[in-house]
Amino acid sequence: MTEHSVHDHYDHEGSKLGMWLFIFTELLFFGGLFIVYAVMRYKNETAFALAGEGLDVFIGTFNTIILLVSSATIAMSISSIQMKKKNLTVVLLGITLVLAIVFLINKYYEWGAKIEHGLFPGTETLHQFGHGETLFFGLYYFMTGLHALHIIIGVVLIAVMMVKVHKGKIHEDRFVQLENTGLYWHLVDIIWIFLFPLFYLIA
Amino acid sequence: MDKSNLPNYLEHKGKYKGIFAWIFSTDHKRIGLLYLYAIMAFFVVAAILGLLMKFELIAPGKTIMEAKAYNAVFTLHGITMIFLVVVPGIPAILGNFFLPILIGAKDVFYPKLNLLSWWLYMLGAVIALSSQFMNGASPDTGWTFYAPYSFQTQSNVLPALIGAFILGFSSILTGLNFIVTMHRLRAPGMKWMKMPLFPWTLYGTSWIQLLATPVVGITLLMVVAEKVLSIGFFDPALGGDPILYQHLFWIYSHPAVYIMILPAMGVISEVIPAFAKKKIFGYNAIVLSTMLIAFVGYFVWGHHMFTAGMSETSLFAFSFLTFIVAIPSAIKIFNWLATLYKGSIMLRTPMYWAVSFLFVFMIGGLTGMVLGALSTNVHLHDTAFVVAHFHFIVFGGLGFAFFAGIHYWFPKIFGKMYDEAWANTGWIIFFMGFLTLYFPMFLLGIQGMPRRYYDYVPEFHFTNIISSFGAFIMIAGLTVILINLFKSAKRGEKAEMNPWGGKSLEWTIPSPPPLENFEDIPEIK
Amino acid sequence: MENSEHKIVSFKTYGLVLLALIVLTLFSVYITQLDFGNLGIVVALSIAGLKSVLVFSIFMHLLYDKKMYALMVVGVLVVMTIVLIITFLDYGY
Repeated sequence: MTEHSVHDHYDHEGSKLGMWLFIFTELLFFGGLFIVYAVMRYKNETAFALAGEGLDVFIGTFNTIILLVSSATIAMSISSIQMKKKNLTVVLLGITLVLAIVFLINKYYEWGAKIEHGLFPGTETLHQFGHGETLFFGLYYFMTGLHALHIIIGVVLIAVMMVKVHKGKIHEDRFVQLENTGLYWHLVDIIWIFLFPLFYLIA
Repeated sequence: MDKSNLPNYLEHKGKYKGIFAWIFSTDHKRIGLLYLYAIMAFFVVAAILGLLMKFELIAPGKTIMEAKAYNAVFTLHGITMIFLVVVPGIPAILGNFFLPILIGAKDVFYPKLNLLSWWLYMLGAVIALSSQFMNGASPDTGWTFYAPYSFQTQSNVLPALIGAFILGFSSILTGLNFIVTMHRLRAPGMKWMKMPLFPWTLYGTSWIQLLATPVVGITLLMVVAEKVLSIGFFDPALGGDPILYQHLFWIYSHPAVYIMILPAMGVISEVIPAFAKKKIFGYNAIVLSTMLIAFVGYFVWGHHMFTAGMSETSLFAFSFLTFIVAIPSAIKIFNWLATLYKGSIMLRTPMYWAVSFLFVFMIGGLTGMVLGALSTNVHLHDTAFVVAHFHFIVFGGLGFAFFAGIHYWFPKIFGKMYDEAWANTGWIIFFMGFLTLYFPMFLLGIQGMPRRYYDYVPEFHFTNIISSFGAFIMIAGLTVILINLFKSAKRGEKAEMNPWGGKSLEWTIPSPPPLENFEDIPEIK
Repeated sequence: MENSEHKIVSFKTYGLVLLALIVLTLFSVYITQLDFGNLGIVVALSIAGLKSVLVFSIFMHLLYDKKMYALMVVGVLVVMTIVLIITFLDYGY
């Protein structure tokens, strides 16, 4: 693809800046949703509290801890590639990947149980509860769904990183892709850090 | 004249041939031209739609179309002009082409991402426009997609929403690319406060693109979800809040006005000193006011909603902030005027455009103050006055600056000169047509003629005839300008390296520039 | 360009931060189970804020990187906060 020499440059700092800018757009993307959440919750305080009781705090806490651990392991993988420990890096990325998938499986069962009870946008059951509950679950599915989509993208990215580290394309002198994947993964973590109290702890 | 024997970017032979040498090119100059051709095509279509609207309004009652057709036409005109023409407009065309050259770089930081942005732009455009050709009615919501109508109407809003979402992505990626380019690829010695003003305005714009576009992205997604799943965010029947939609929509769409106008101000800040043969007056003030506009412009969105039923606190806050944001814009006007003062002014085509820009932009800005004041806004809200105001700002501001820029840089882009007599003729016809078209709309608005109706009471007839007549003149002028540019790009006289005696970096390299712009990266002292 | 210096953060630091994050999470769950009403959610959100500061500054290296990144993050968060406050002028007052 390279048409001219400029494409070959490697600029760690520049690539990282690009990733940070992307993270800012993600923050604003979810920021819009947080504004919607804040306004809805302000107008339907009691209903949100009641609806929040429908969510399982244990699963929520469990998933939070899973994401926090995965964040730590991916951060460690960046340290280990700098220390030239290739195999350790792959193992740490592998742990991150497994944790991400466990998170998704939990989410799947959590959503599945809710949908079985008819708690899904547009159903009669939900509408009978009233406006506040309808909005709460609407936001719940929309925000956690969008977050889960980001997790899925993260899983793909982490898998690609594992292959690249394994093949030696990412090494102690060229690891900005791994670092950027890490930044992305921490962002996903931060968003969950806020989603967790807003949905699970609001009861 | 040629400093080197390198083939220029137009003649360069790469891996691909024919059209693929363009649509797969990662060269920022070729991508700039790809945007130029695409945007010009959309612009012409949308301008013709505008002409059809003015034709409909030439007399009360049905002239050429019914109410429904009129609704569809102004929606398509709005969506095309806003999302496909003016938001990408100057950054994607002139920014892509000249940002790297002006800061002394060989390309943008992410050349492939740049190409991807163009592809996303085309994809978004095709999806958004496909709404016209699918089964069912064309979208009739206006470009603002106000809830709850946007998810209740049976017309094809879905493709328009999804198209706008993808276009947002393209816009974000361009902004991201530009910011990293300016942080990392400035020529050695070019400190931030030595960077030319056009890149500075692109810097401000890029930050707005980055921080505002995602908000409208998520909002459009919520409307899509509303339509598909009936979640209820904006649906009063389910406890949702349609005013909240307006908030979110304008949190993007007001800053979007600054996405449009800042680069226009940048172009003017390049053109005026070049033709006044002086250094720009108050460089620091222009840089500072650019960043201030970008920042404060983020918090004034509510002035689009003065009659929507907001709280009184909001009304006061938004009106106050709106007046604040006028200050940095006015600072710039004074800077440009002071640059002209005692300059040895060279009146060539780009300068005609730049000076008429000052004129129309002033009118647009001052009528903006009228609309920003709460009491007058109540009277003028949703009237032809608003339409006239934003056409003075967006078309008068951005359009005039674009034509100033395209004439100014034409010899550099194509290596040919345009025919100056025709260019000036086109300008004067266009300028007169513009004023005849939009000025009467201020009067109509004050008299109370609402916007977005295909019909009106007989009292408004005479003024509407003048306005519609102006539309025909303006389109005639536009035709002259575009034909002249296209013909000259093919068969114009060969242009020199620096036909205007400009001082910035683009005039130190051959016209048209070689593939990598600079043989050796220049050092700035 | 200046690609040379990258601080290597030790596993121990990451481990300690992780521990702090988990403790904070459990504490926020605990505090909201006690019936403090609105105060509980305020505390839970403050803890979430504290946790995100930890993630930003140590996991995402803002503490060790150029100050520019930290400034940008703060700037973006300030913009978001102002937008939220201004939006609420229409609801809370």
